[in-house]
Amino acid sequence: MNLTVDVQENEGKSVVLLAGEIDAYTAPKLKETLLSLTEKEGNKVEVNLEQVNYMDSTGLGVFVSGLKSTKENNSELKLVQLQDRVYRLFEITGLIDVIDVDKTVQGGY
Amino acid sequence: MESFDFIEIKVPAKPEYVGVIRLTSSGVANRMGFSYEDIEDLKVAISEAVTNTVNHAYEKDEDGEVTIGFGVYENRLEVMVADHGGSFNLDQVKRNIGPYEAAEPIEQLREGGFGLFLIDALMDKVEINSDSGVIVLMTKYLHENGVGLDDDQISTTQ
Repeated sequence: MNLTVDVQENEGKSVVLLAGEIDAYTAPKLKETLLSLTEKEGNKVEVNLEQVNYMDSTGLGVFVSGLKSTKENNSELKLVQLQDRVYRLFEITGLIDVIDVDKTVQGGY
Repeated sequence: MESFDFIEIKVPAKPEYVGVIRLTSSGVANRMGFSYEDIEDLKVAISEAVTNTVNHAYEKDEDGEVTIGFGVYENRLEVMVADHGGSFNLDQVKRNIGPYEAAEPIEQLREGGFGLFLIDALMDKVEINSDSGVIVLMTKYLHENGVGLDDDQISTTQ
C-alpha cells in the first residue's frame, strides 16, 4: 500500500519509475515529483508504470495536472508500460485520447 | 427474507486508510468467489467512494469517520459507504461526472470529479442517498459461470 517514485535522467529525458499503488494516500507525493519535472521548460518526461499494480481516479487526476503543466511549460509527458488494469481506467474515462499513453512493454517484440 | 452476512468497518476519514479498506474489500470479494477482474473493479469503485468522503472531510478540516458496510448475499455484494457528517454538493458532483471527450480543450480537463463516473462504470448498480450525510450504495453481482456449467453437466449425465 505504498508507492516508490524514482527519477532518472536518461538521454535528455526524465524517466520516472513508479512501483506500488497510486491512491489518495500516495498521489500527493507523485504529483509533487511529476510537476517539478514537467515545469522544466522543454523537458521530456516519461513515466514508467510497469510496477504499478493499482491506480484509481486520484492517479488519473495527477496525470491530468501533469498534462496541463506540459502545455504551460512546453514540456512533454508520456506514460509507458501500463498494466492492463491501469490502462483500462484511461480507456473508460476517455483519457486515452488526451494523454500520450503507450501500453507496450519495452523490448517485448 | 433473504439472508445475508453483514460486515461493518469504521475508519478515520484519512487518505492512509483508503488502502486498508481496499485490502478488506479484496478479502471479502475473494471469499465470495468473485473473479480477479471483478475484484479489481470492486477495489477501484470502493476506493473511489471512500476517497470522496476523505477529500470532503479534508476540505472541511474535519476529523471525520467513514463507515463501510458489506452486505454479503448469495448472488451479490452490496457495499455501503457512508460519511457521517457533512454532505458534498450532489448536483455539483453529478455535473462533473462523465468520460473525457477528446475535443475538450486541455485547459478544461477535470483533475477530479470522475470518481463517481468510475463507480458507475465498474459496478452493476449504484444508488446515492443524501438525506443525512451521503451514502453510496453499490452492488456487484456474482457471475457464477463455473457453477452454471457444472449444473448442466450433472443434469445431462443423469
